[in-house]
Amino acid sequence: MADQTKILNAERQDWMGLLARAPESALMTLWDRYETHPSFEWLRSPEIGGVMVRGRAGGTGDRFNLGEMTVTRCSLMLQDGTVGHGYVQGRSKPKAEVAALIDALMQTPAAGTVHDQVIAPLKEQMEADKTGRASKAAATKVEFFTMVRGED
Amino acid sequence: MYVAVKGGEKAIENAHAWLAEERRGAPDIAELSIAQIREQLSLAVNRVMAEGSLYDPDLAALAIKQARGDLIEAIFLIRAYRTTLPRLGYSNPVKTDEMACDRRISATFKDAPGGQVLGPTFDYTHRLLDFKLAAEGEVPVAPTLQPRTEATPHITEFLKGEDIIQDEPASDATPGDLTREPMEFPSNRPLRLQSLTRGDEGFVLGMAYSTQRGYARNHAFVGELRIGKLAVEMDIPELGFAIDIGEIELTECETVNQFKGSKTEPPQFTRGYGLVFGQSERKSIAMALVDRALRWEELGEDNLGAPAQDEEFVLSHADNIQATGFLEHIKLPHYVDFQSELELVRKLRREAEERIKPKEAAE
Repeated sequence: MADQTKILNAERQDWMGLLARAPESALMTLWDRYETHPSFEWLRSPEIGGVMVRGRAGGTGDRFNLGEMTVTRCSLMLQDGTVGHGYVQGRSKPKAEVAALIDALMQTPAAGTVHDQVIAPLKEQMEADKTGRASKAAATKVEFFTMVRGED
Repeated sequence: MYVAVKGGEKAIENAHAWLAEERRGAPDIAELSIAQIREQLSLAVNRVMAEGSLYDPDLAALAIKQARGDLIEAIFLIRAYRTTLPRLGYSNPVKTDEMACDRRISATFKDAPGGQVLGPTFDYTHRLLDFKLAAEGEVPVAPTLQPRTEATPHITEFLKGEDIIQDEPASDATPGDLTREPMEFPSNRPLRLQSLTRGDEGFVLGMAYSTQRGYARNHAFVGELRIGKLAVEMDIPELGFAIDIGEIELTECETVNQFKGSKTEPPQFTRGYGLVFGQSERKSIAMALVDRALRWEELGEDNLGAPAQDEEFVLSHADNIQATGFLEHIKLPHYVDFQSELELVRKLRREAEERIKPKEAAE
């Protein structure tokens, strides 16, 4: 538990955000390959709900309610008392459970293995998808050229 | 008047069974999967998410299948589902300047930093039917280039430097939520934007078009249009910090509009704003035009009596679920109302005939 306080919030923010955004199939495939699935107790069993997404008028001004998105959340505790939270996009309870387990494990000595076997390859896949779209977008960027004018 | 009546259970049951059969269509044709709808009819999915006011592509695809492609019926299904979801919280405002843009164009600045990126657009297609799509074809592959790494700032930022465009100062006031409290008039801009982003695309388009045709004309240019994905972040109380809870696709449109100036404001460009779930370009441009027209009072402009300036008219009629609910209810049994109307008309006719009769007798 002492180690938990040492973990920078920023790192936890990164892995929790990655798990929330991850495509379910990619996450589940990597998790199925992970060596041991630890036992745990539910603190809050998975719950499907909506989050109201907000924007700003003009991109920078007053806040306004844009519409909701589906989110599933849960909290659990490993046998050593480590608490993990899962907040994931969509309506998959298994995905929320895996996200909470990984969040817990990332605060234990298993963090290195979980990072190498799940977090890192997941991040790599998601970045490859993002780069793939960005490179298609780049190919549609307009290159202007000036025509020679007809006046002598 | 409402009177409970019984009867028709069997007819209703059989009608629904036939609906299911018709939904499936000819059994020798392959059945559509939810994934096919999500991937191949994605703009319909986007419209259902935007007007259903719930971002969940799989649910929107399911609703489209269930509604046999009737998008307003699908939106109705999503709105009904949405009401069953507990509200887990409110996100921090999305940072649209950090969007990973698939498309980003400006009609006002040719050389905008970040460039003119067309993305997967219908623009410049010839709108000729492509019969190749009727045959099973190969999987098309888009060309690629080295992805851009530079930021894509909002175009209005450049005009702001010169102070010739209206500012949109940040405010952290809690916006009203029309899913929680009914709309009241006069309303305010955050409520108007919420209403417009979930409003019917056809209605918002028609209102926007009316401003272009001269009903409260405000000379809009598309300063910027961008489509792409961005992360949604929310403060998590049990953690004490914010995390990304997902990623959504949005279309954002900022218009730059002419403005002569008023008693309080110097001549400067003014702005309209559209932000819509998914790739919803027409809707977000239309939203920005209507948003701008509805800002007449704040800008000290004249009320020209144009429909697009009347927020009560626009906002009360923009919601296609409210509209279709009221419109379609008139086809449901109104036997008793009609019976009383019938009695009334018969009575009036009898009275009218009696007035005429003595006259005829006198002639």
